[in-house]
Amino acid sequence: MNPLLLGIFKRDMQIAFQQKAELVQPLMFLLMVVTLFPLGVSPSPETLQRIGPGVIWIAAILSSLLGMERLFRDDFIDGSLEQYTLSGMSLPAVATVKVLAHWLVSFVPLLILSPLLAMFLNLSMDMFIALMFTLLIGTPLLSLIGAIAVGLTVGLARGGLLLALLLIPVFIPLLIFATSAVDSAALQLPYHPQLAIIGAMLLLAAAAAPFAIAYSLKVSQN
Amino acid sequence: MQFDSFSAFLEMGGYAFYVWLSFGVTFGVMILLVVLSFRQHKGLLKSVLKEQQRQVRIKEAREKSHASSAQ
Amino acid sequence: MWKWLHPYAKTENAYQLCVTLQPWLWVSALVCLAVGTVWGLAFAPQDYQQGDSFRIIYIHVPSAILSMGTYVAMAIAALVGMVWQWRTAYMSMIAMAPVGAVMTFIALFTGAAWGKPMWGAWWVWDARLTSELILLFLYIGVIALYGAFEDKQQAGKAAGVMALVGVVNIPIIHYSVEWWNTLHQGATISKFDQPSIAPEMLWPLLISLLGFAFFIGAVTTIRLRSEIVRREMHRPWVQKLAHETSENS
Repeated sequence: MNPLLLGIFKRDMQIAFQQKAELVQPLMFLLMVVTLFPLGVSPSPETLQRIGPGVIWIAAILSSLLGMERLFRDDFIDGSLEQYTLSGMSLPAVATVKVLAHWLVSFVPLLILSPLLAMFLNLSMDMFIALMFTLLIGTPLLSLIGAIAVGLTVGLARGGLLLALLLIPVFIPLLIFATSAVDSAALQLPYHPQLAIIGAMLLLAAAAAPFAIAYSLKVSQN
Repeated sequence: MQFDSFSAFLEMGGYAFYVWLSFGVTFGVMILLVVLSFRQHKGLLKSVLKEQQRQVRIKEAREKSHASSAQ
Repeated sequence: MWKWLHPYAKTENAYQLCVTLQPWLWVSALVCLAVGTVWGLAFAPQDYQQGDSFRIIYIHVPSAILSMGTYVAMAIAALVGMVWQWRTAYMSMIAMAPVGAVMTFIALFTGAAWGKPMWGAWWVWDARLTSELILLFLYIGVIALYGAFEDKQQAGKAAGVMALVGVVNIPIIHYSVEWWNTLHQGATISKFDQPSIAPEMLWPLLISLLGFAFFIGAVTTIRLRSEIVRREMHRPWVQKLAHETSENS
């Protein structure tokens, strides 16, 4: 791996662990949203099990939107993004590294937290395993596609709500396939078709998104 | 003509409310879009004119102050 | 093709083209819409199953088809703008966006008004209604992103990226929603899936479709003119134009 890219990766990880509040707050938000559902809908185990996969995925998407801005915002403000653009490094590669770092710091904790969420919502063991699989291949997709919209809105003063407006419709297919995989697992049915579709979407995004992110970062810096 | 009388046409075989509501809202929204688009265009041309006049006034004021300071 | 198209990359020529095209588009739109509507409402035969409520088809289907068509046209314009650095392409993209959003709204509203007598509810989470709703969200996203930028040049490019992301997603969304729908519902929507449509019903539908297309073209040209004036405010030809129109009125 290119030492410069490795440097960016290390720097991003260090910064993320220095700003612990920003790391933990989306997770707390996720936990609290999930807590609201038994209180608001019904605490009966059957209901929770039925709505559980959807609740966890919706909460994961919403909480990821909260932390998404962090991807490029600080680099944009302190000018390092401009440095990357001018440095002659390939911007898509830089974007990929930054997305990878973002996924590691914001979604891996979510994966670690997911057993607790599964317990709260009374998911069976099969459902939990399926949920882990969907989160494992679905959340990188959130990071990749989210980064395009973050790249576009990073220069705007109030980009946060706009980001949600742009991204939520785009995430709908992922939500559909991920929750249906877990539902299939609940019925002891095979769920690899859904996983395969999410995997295909992930591959498509991994191939195209870095270039879209690089382009949108260029547009933002104009 | 599919209908026996004009009142039968208005009744739409009992579906009058839904059919006329759909067509009414559709053409209402379309006309609204057209009106707004034309109004926007007129407003823009007007603001171009205003901006131009403002520039002329600024220029005149500048020349005046130049002339008075030269004296 | 290229030689023919290229002059219209210049805003002044594009503006003139819009001015020349506009009367033709308006007349064709009015004629086709009037013929299609009157034919569809009064002369087309009744549907044997749905009675006269099916006449909503003459606005529902054209607006639904063209709401998707307009989005694809927007994405093509964005791609042209990106590849050949045409500012007019971005401008026409953003001129189309509100028109497409209105078409989507019409498709949703007429779908609901048709659904009430047929399904007994204003809204059902039918696959087509749902993907149309998501399409409306995509339109709103593009328009909102464009509005958020001060610099309209930058805004056009950003909205273009979003339009392209959306157009890649439209088929995925469409199939995912359809698949989701078959998982969650029985076949209550078979009433809409008629295998074929009688020619005396089809003709007014095609004319009406054409009328909607001309209407979209006409509104897009006037909005494109506005967009050009907004961006080229300080050009002499725009200022001359503003003078001429103020003298005429």
